[in-house]
This record gives sequence, C-alpha cells and structure tokens, in this order.
Amino acid sequence: MCSDVYTVYRVVSRRQESEGGASLVLDGSLRADPGQFVMVWLPGIEERPLAVMNDRPLSLTIRDVGPFTHAMCRLQEGDRVWVRGPYGHGFDVRSRRMLLVGGGSGIASLTLLASRSLDEGREVRVALGARTSSQLMLGWRFDELGIPVLYATDDGTVGARGTTVDAIEPLLRAGWPDAVYACGPEPMMIALGRRLRGTDLPLYLSFERTMKCGFGVCGNCHLGDQLVCRDGPVFEGEKVLRVLDPLAE
Amino acid sequence: MDRDDRSNTGAWQGPKLSVDLAGVRLQNPLVLASGIWGSAAGTLARAGRAGAGAVTAKSCSIEPRRGHPNPTVLQWGHGLINAVGLSNPGAEEECRELQAAKEQLGGTGVALIASVFGETPEAFAQAVLALLPASVDLVEVNISCPNVAAELGRPFALDPGPAASVTEAVRSVYSGPLLVKLSPNAPEIAQVARSVVEAGADGLTVGNTLGPGMIIDLEARRPVLSNRVGGVSGPAIRPIAVRCVYEVAAAVDVPIVGTGGVRTGADAMEMIMAGATAVGIGSALEDEGEEVFGRITRELDQLMRQLGIKSLDEIRGCAHV
Repeated sequence: MCSDVYTVYRVVSRRQESEGGASLVLDGSLRADPGQFVMVWLPGIEERPLAVMNDRPLSLTIRDVGPFTHAMCRLQEGDRVWVRGPYGHGFDVRSRRMLLVGGGSGIASLTLLASRSLDEGREVRVALGARTSSQLMLGWRFDELGIPVLYATDDGTVGARGTTVDAIEPLLRAGWPDAVYACGPEPMMIALGRRLRGTDLPLYLSFERTMKCGFGVCGNCHLGDQLVCRDGPVFEGEKVLRVLDPLAE
Repeated sequence: MDRDDRSNTGAWQGPKLSVDLAGVRLQNPLVLASGIWGSAAGTLARAGRAGAGAVTAKSCSIEPRRGHPNPTVLQWGHGLINAVGLSNPGAEEECRELQAAKEQLGGTGVALIASVFGETPEAFAQAVLALLPASVDLVEVNISCPNVAAELGRPFALDPGPAASVTEAVRSVYSGPLLVKLSPNAPEIAQVARSVVEAGADGLTVGNTLGPGMIIDLEARRPVLSNRVGGVSGPAIRPIAVRCVYEVAAAVDVPIVGTGGVRTGADAMEMIMAGATAVGIGSALEDEGEEVFGRITRELDQLMRQLGIKSLDEIRGCAHV
C-alpha cells in the first residue's frame, strides 16, 4: 500500500493473447468474487476498469484498443501497475451446469467464474466468439482448467462460422445448462437475451463500461437507472435487457 | 409522504420534515448534490424514489465537455477527492435527460434541480435558456467548481463582483427559483452571499468541494489525479461547511442548501441549526448508495422526537447565539 488509494503490483509474467492482447500475471493476490473488477492506474497514462481474470495470483487480460490498453499490453516482467478494488457485484452462482458465453475482452470476466465453479464441484462449458481466429482470447485458460470450449468466429477461421449464440444452440436444445453467464459486446448479449426469452433459463450478463470512480458516485457508467460499477457489473438479464434491447417488452 | 404535524383528526403525526426551498416545497430537507450520479434521468429518478426531497443534476454547459482523464474520483480515507472537470453532454442533451427525469419523477413530489456553468456570465445565461424547456423546479448556478481553473480561470464564487455578474446575467433570462452555489474557499463568503442575493438569487447552496487538495502516490512519486489537484468532500470538510452556512445565514435572508460531509441525521440537524433550510447529500452515497436518503430522514425524525422538536422551522438557525 503506497497511498491510501492503490496497491502496487509487479508483473511476474506476460502472455501474448493472439492479435493485440496480453494477459499479465501479477506478484500478489486480490480476493475477488468472480465477475468483480478493479481500477488499474498507469501513472502518466490513465486509469481504467479491468476484469479480474484470476485473483490468486491477481491476473489481468487486456485487449489493445487505446492508449491505456496499449501501454498495459506492452508491460514487461518487473513493471508496476497500481490497482484499487475489487468493486461491484459479481455472478450469483447457484446452478449445477453452467454455460458461459464470452466475446472479445469480455471473456476475461468469465475465467475466474469458471475456475471457482469447478472448485465448487459444478459443471462448466464455454462458448467463445470473435470476428476472426486471431482475435480470440483466453482459450488456453479454459483448456488449462479442462473445460470444453465451443468456438465461433464470424469468418469461420476457428470453430463454427457464426456467433456464439449459434454455437450454443445444440446445448440449449439438449437442455444441458441450468443457467447462462455471459460477457461480451452488447449486441452479443442482446442476441443471447432474445434467444433465451421465453425459456426459464436464468441469464446473467456482465457489462463493460467506461467509469470514473468505480464505486457508485459519479454516475458515468449508468445503464437506465442502474450503475454498472455498483449494482453490476453483473445483472440479471431481464433487468437490463429491458433498457438495452429495443425489441424487449 | 406528506408529513404535517397534525392530521385531520388532530392526532400527533410526528415531526414535520417538509421545508420550503425558495417557494418549492420539499417533502424532506435532503437534496442529492450536483455531480453525484450524473444527469441521467434514470439515476436522478432513482435517487428521488429512494427518498431524496430534491435531486440536482450534474452541471452542464452549452457545449459538451469531456472533462479530465482518469484518475478523476478517489476515496482517500476520509472522504473523496475529485477532478472530474465538469464533463457533461451539453445543454441540449442535458435538457432531454431533465425532461425525462421530470416525467419519471411525476407524482412523487420530488423536486428537480438543474445545474449550469459557463466561462462567462453570458454563457451561464445561455445554458439556463437552453434548459428552459425542461421546466425544472429550480436552477442552481455553479460558480464554484475548483477543478477547472486552468481552463476557466478563477472561480466566480471567490469574489463578490464576479459572483454577482453571473447571478444578474442568469436572473435577466430566468424568473423561476434560482440558487447560486457558493464556494467554501471564498475568503469572505458572507460578502459573496450578500452580493449574490442583491443580484437576485432566491437561495444559496453552501457550498461546493473544498480545496483544491492533492494526493501523492509515494511509489509513483506524483499526484494521483490526472489534474493533479481536485475538490475535497466528505466528513473531513463538514465543520468548514457548517461554519460557511453559519456565516452566510447571518448575512442574508434567503434559504440555504447546507452541503458538505453530511452523513447522518445529526449532521443534517447541525446544518439546519447553523441556518440551512435544506441539506445537500453527495459523497455519502459512496457507502450505501441511495439508501442514505431513507436512513438520514429516519435518523432526523428520531432525533427530533428525542429532542422534542416538532418542525425543522423551530430550530433553523437556532445556533446563532
């Protein structure tokens, strides 16, 4: 603790995540619930919310999309990051057979959920999607955990051509999952919500938003009357899709 | 709910918490302070439904502003420090949100307060004009943001003359209930209050964040906020805010929204005894969110019963001895 605000960690190892992304393992733990996030500061650059990819040791996965994430992706062993949190409400896990659906950098919000749920004796399957194979992230982490992964890419370079919502269709038809947990681009989560509407499958969605405070004061991350940082980032699907999906009732 | 001290049958109904803020009736004295929870209709209405007497939107200017890059809002151990930098979507978009907020608050009796700022007195007036279609209950003029000195210059709230110029400019285009938000940093806050009231303010919000302050990270060896400095709020500044309210209440005869570090019913009562009519609630949302409104109202109600106080009117300014 080097100020009242941040805990400083050093990068222990760095792993390239396909095209333009990286996973960083840090030199300490941070007890977090699956789905919670941290605010990460690089002095002189910026501070942004990032998912807790793993909590022991604290690990972060970043997709290079702007100045801050670019700098994060270029960190090397021994470099420092400043972390505050964890913040927010994570996933409410009650089901026995869990289907996880991730897209883009949102996949990093699902890895800790997967590992913790396996530890608790639950069954987990995962569908991961991206535009093209070179943009898929974190498949290795699910392989490491021994979790079967269904891949979907828009161009068919890996797995099925199409979306993750198409890829999970056989599992849904077979009645496999007790609940669905997702994080990814909002169009993906809206499509998932539409597919599951009318079924009794609980759907939990985790959102990524720009934030200033991270603890429910500034209002920057609002979604309707909800604050993503404080009430979320995980929400019951129905509750937020009412706001997001123009076709929802 | 309406809470008068006598029902139709004449039975004792408990302490009267409702107040009159510049002609606008508030069901209780608690006001969501500007900047907390932004300007989105959904969040403003949620704070209102949770029990705020009034809700204030985040300050807006004519044109949109991005504000400062992160870090911008931090918990430093005894409250918050922030340098958001007046980020806002611009008055046109703000007006749409306020209209939606007004609609969502319809029938709740919760008052809606818009907040504006500008680089010049004329810019303040233009921003107010742009918000007129929203028909808000009150307009608050924010002349006291401490975080934009580099761009906007010395805050108007520090000196009686400039503070009055902004008030006059807004008064010339807006005839509704007008609050001006003063700064606890003004060396002579009572003089600023007098000149603003003479210029036409119907009420005063006292005050904004204190400072600016600074937090330095020892390992980074630099200030944490990207703006280097930011306004300090929360329990640490409460005694200063109470003193400001006290001095202003002694100087002018308009209602005051006492704002700064209030977290409990006792804190709120202290502000009222110093002379406040209403009480701003801001940083207190960091811990419990909107439930803070219900809790503070209950605590205030209990305290009034314990101390035998039937109405807040009874104790307003009573500490002026």
